[in-house]
Amino acid sequence: MPAPFYLALSAVLFTLGTVGVLARRSALIVFMSVELMLNAVNLTLVTFARLRGGVDGQVVVFFVLVVAAAEVVIGLAIIVNIFHTRETVDVDDVDLLRG
Amino acid sequence: MQARRVTMGGVLVEAVLFTITAVLGVAGGVGVIAARQPVHSALALLLVLMSLAVDYLLLDAQFIAVLQVIIYAGAIVVLFVFIIMLLRTAGEAPRPRAAPSMGFAAVLGTVMASALVAAATMARGPVAPVDAAYGTVQQVGRALFHAYALPFEAASIVLVAGMIGAVALGKRAHVVTAASGGAAEPTAARVAGTAGGTRR
Repeated sequence: MPAPFYLALSAVLFTLGTVGVLARRSALIVFMSVELMLNAVNLTLVTFARLRGGVDGQVVVFFVLVVAAAEVVIGLAIIVNIFHTRETVDVDDVDLLRG
Repeated sequence: MQARRVTMGGVLVEAVLFTITAVLGVAGGVGVIAARQPVHSALALLLVLMSLAVDYLLLDAQFIAVLQVIIYAGAIVVLFVFIIMLLRTAGEAPRPRAAPSMGFAAVLGTVMASALVAAATMARGPVAPVDAAYGTVQQVGRALFHAYALPFEAASIVLVAGMIGAVALGKRAHVVTAASGGAAEPTAARVAGTAGGTRR
């Protein structure tokens, strides 16, 4: 299977993630859309690593995984805090920095 | 992982597997952004992650495929499901008017998808030959500990910062709950919210 197919799949997934971030209001689903975008980028990195025959792209994917894990932990903790104080996870309702 | 040209009845197995994973992945991606319930989004995300793991195997990246299953499917999705169960949010409340960002998102998504796919189909070039050891834990680990030793240590700091931050954020909510004698503003909001029983 030539590389453009993998890259096209990655492009479609990245676009779906972008649309999810822009269109959905639930903070949880916005977070999952961000994960979708990160995964699309990971697929691109692995594809190019395979094209070049090097292993550097896969190492970068490892770092993306680390950052994604930390981001999810912190972000979900913030969402839980917001839900405890405001009873909502709707990003349209959370529009004050000092709520 | 060197069986690059596996055929079965004249059909490339890789082509068949890629088609299946691409269809499942795109379907899961649509499910993530279209599901009404966050739990359904999490399950669709799991579908995307698993199909991407198969794609990584097709691209000779065994180590990344295993990491994908363990970290993403095994840890991050479970964390999402935990939080969804904890919050018990019943989807998004219907709005009287359509969200203004919906049309913008649709237009931008169409333009972006066509541009990205057009750019992706222009990626021509020879595929480098790789040996059987490509993408194994040994090879990626060697690169990780030699050429990328400093970023690897920085990644551990990022993880520790994430853990400490999560503990600190979780701790603050408990302190606010315990110190209910004071007239702190978050405490008042919390008491009002739970007493009213307005949980959706």
